[in-house]
Amino acid sequence: MSVVRRIWSLSVIPLASIVLALLVGSILIIASSPASQGSLDFFLPIRAYESLFEGATGLSFLNIEDDGVLAFGLSVDVERALRALTSTIVAAAPLILTGLAVGVGFKAGLFNIGGTGQVLVGGFFAALAGAAVADQPVPVAVTLAVLAGAFGGALYGFIPGALKAFTGAHEVVVTIMLNSLAAFAIVGLVNDVFKIPGPTFARTGNIGNAALPILFGRDGSLGVLIALAIVPIAYFLIYRTTLGFEIRTVGANPSAARYAGMSPRWLIVFTLSLCGLFAGLAGTIEILTLGYYPAVFGTTIGFAGITVALLGRSHPFGILFAGILLGGMRAGAPAMQIQADIPIEIIDVIQGLILLFLAAELVIRRLLRIRGESVTPGELQSVSRSYGEGSA
Amino acid sequence: MTQTVSAPALEMRGITKRYPGVVANDHIDLQVKPGEIHALLGENGAGKSTLMNILYGLAAPDEGEIHLDGSPVRISGPSDAIARGISMVHQHFMLVPVLSVADNILLGEETMANPIFLDRNEAHRRIVELGERFGFEIDPEVKVGSLSVGWQQRVEILKALYREARILVLDEPTAVLTPQETKEIFEVLRRLAAEGHSIIFISHKLYEVLEIADRITVIRRGKVVGSRIPSETDEDDLAALMVGRNVQLVVDRGESHPAEPNLVVSGLTVSDDRGHVAVKGVSFDVRAGEIFGIAGVAGNGQDELVEALTGLRRPTSGTVELGGKIVTGAGPRALQRAGMSFVPGDRHRFGLVLGFPLEDNLVLTQYDEPPYSRGLLRNDAAIRERASQAISEFDIRTPSATVATSTLSGGNQQKAVVAREFTRDLTALVLDQPTRGLDVGSIEFIHRQVIAKRDAGAAILLVSAELDEVMEMSDRIAVMYRGEIVALVDGPTAQREEIGLLMATGRREEAALVAATTSMAADAPVIDHSEAPAPAPRQPPAPDEPDPGEPAEPDTGDRS
Repeated sequence: MSVVRRIWSLSVIPLASIVLALLVGSILIIASSPASQGSLDFFLPIRAYESLFEGATGLSFLNIEDDGVLAFGLSVDVERALRALTSTIVAAAPLILTGLAVGVGFKAGLFNIGGTGQVLVGGFFAALAGAAVADQPVPVAVTLAVLAGAFGGALYGFIPGALKAFTGAHEVVVTIMLNSLAAFAIVGLVNDVFKIPGPTFARTGNIGNAALPILFGRDGSLGVLIALAIVPIAYFLIYRTTLGFEIRTVGANPSAARYAGMSPRWLIVFTLSLCGLFAGLAGTIEILTLGYYPAVFGTTIGFAGITVALLGRSHPFGILFAGILLGGMRAGAPAMQIQADIPIEIIDVIQGLILLFLAAELVIRRLLRIRGESVTPGELQSVSRSYGEGSA
Repeated sequence: MTQTVSAPALEMRGITKRYPGVVANDHIDLQVKPGEIHALLGENGAGKSTLMNILYGLAAPDEGEIHLDGSPVRISGPSDAIARGISMVHQHFMLVPVLSVADNILLGEETMANPIFLDRNEAHRRIVELGERFGFEIDPEVKVGSLSVGWQQRVEILKALYREARILVLDEPTAVLTPQETKEIFEVLRRLAAEGHSIIFISHKLYEVLEIADRITVIRRGKVVGSRIPSETDEDDLAALMVGRNVQLVVDRGESHPAEPNLVVSGLTVSDDRGHVAVKGVSFDVRAGEIFGIAGVAGNGQDELVEALTGLRRPTSGTVELGGKIVTGAGPRALQRAGMSFVPGDRHRFGLVLGFPLEDNLVLTQYDEPPYSRGLLRNDAAIRERASQAISEFDIRTPSATVATSTLSGGNQQKAVVAREFTRDLTALVLDQPTRGLDVGSIEFIHRQVIAKRDAGAAILLVSAELDEVMEMSDRIAVMYRGEIVALVDGPTAQREEIGLLMATGRREEAALVAATTSMAADAPVIDHSEAPAPAPRQPPAPDEPDPGEPAEPDTGDRS
């Protein structure tokens, strides 16, 4: 009973944020309807969200008759549902990992905005390693490429960790700068150093056998399995090991951690490296699915990890659900664009709105009359933490 | 003017307030006469705050009525209370540090020259006039943030007077003050009372209440259990009323049997955060089976000394020896392994992680040792078992071992720290303000535990700003003054006047006193300041007042 209550009290704000974001999103959709539909269409949001849902799950609960009348009725097409759910989980896998990259950082009181850079470096390392072992047997090639990607990400998390621990440089500032550094440095390296002859655009060599094997469906690769396996591992680490207890203690009260004999410095370095490893794996999955590292490789999964982590209240299982939710939105967005003629970008708007409402917890509680203990979620305290505190 | 002599300024009759599961106030009667300083005494959670919230309009009583000057009133909210002449001075000041004294006072009670502009001249005139009348001249243009805590409190009182308050409620006003500031604020309160103001003084410090109050009402578990006049009672009587049983205010410490020195400090020099030398070549030793007390006004290097001894701060020179081994510069964990425990002075900053479940805090310094860990894993079963054992053994009042530690009262939080640190076999035990902010029942309990540890052979270092505590507990007492140990006296035969003088001046001569007390208050930027902080009467500067120095800032470690 109390467990149910606890889960409810933790998830009520994220759920309310999603509902409110969808409501505000529907106002935008209605407001934009004259441009796409020719006149104000108050039912457009329903059709839009329905097609989004259908695109993400394959389930349809609305039938649109020829005369434009909406009729409710669940229709299930198993094959279509499986295909849609596969694309949802495929889109979710990297989001879950970048969500962990931010959420585990929050547990240690660190705000890792460096997900983007860690994704890029991880993917880049995986691409280079993959190209180098492209002719090895599949198990060897995949293992080496994945390990290289994880290492690249961890290395790129280690740098801000060490800078914070030993100089007091704030991780937010450092990771933001490292994001740009990674993006531009890799573009330069791909264009000049690792470019292979042949293709019309600059990219690294083919990864050959290092491509992630497809395990189910059209694109359900090993990457999904990696992401799903990391979730319980992260949970176990944080809540069941003494190391996880140290991480949580440093995050909640660095002075008490020092008093208890823990080493905040080492824990900061370790945690940010671990965050980088998770994000690096996300990039690894992306690149080892694509097959090479293109000079122009933009990705939003790094920043989306912040929304995933906050939506999941920094709990690995919460992050799993949040990742699947945002993954579903991404997977369903094309269907929405086709069926309801809504620009795909509305998904980014809704994602931004979710983040906004999550941050405005107090407003939501007032609005919906939700009683509860905490006004500021612990995660947001990390966001507002002052400079160089962990350097003590 | 028209009221009869007998009409009390405030009368609360049969006030009852129920919250789910508890009766916070159970038919409480309270009468405060004009010009009376009325102390409200009770343990934490006895119902004092609820009663005052009802008076201030923050809570509505379920039963009972409030009379002001003999006529019944219903107080609908704080603004209504203020309009009726009731003002509250909170323990944590409600001031804006970057604004001037005048602006803070005008906030919410603007004196207007016309509908658009403030009448600053008039406001200044009234503030200066009020200050003069009650003996604390203050420059209305000084920024509040630059004032000492004692003067900030006076600004709060001025704020109330500016609103023409006749009934002032002061919620533990001395908790954040130095002994000298406490004396000064008492002077202010006496003058207010002499002018006909009624003052309700909330406290759980017995000697303060005896010193300042005209009448004392004691509340226990929501009920008035007695009313006393200071001349007809004493601390023991009040403590028994408050707690509901006879309390040993001074724990019988029995005889100590000191053995070999377990903690030897020689020539220890420590710098503070800004790099200034805070501890200057201090040497002493604490023997197994004795309590070695360090007395001193807060801020004379005790914090840095304790931090250096417990591994939180690296000394610049000197050595520390624990159980015969040199441990200078060792970290907290190495010291814990070598048999040292530490009850930190700021339990919110160091001692506890408030957001964690109680059970996690009960093993905060032992989480990595068996049986609480198995290899790299936590052993939740062992932790839970340990928690239930500690909760019953140390009488920690909590609904369960898994509630967030922040929901416990201060006394129970401190018991949790003590339960954790007193558990293992100890070579040395460092206690920094072990009973700060606790009520008498909890103090008695913790003191008993300390004595038990001493008799079990631990070398105990007790640092406290409460001279009473140091004198009652210690076998030997060192007095710290400006980073040095200026005297070492035998505990049982120590004279409090002598130690008070040493604390204030670093010397034993009486002549040094006046100069010292004046310099203690010299940080308040006040006009005509050479006269303002009137040198205390010729007695020791009340070294028995607890908790001087900075107000404990809870949660600094957690969120700033």
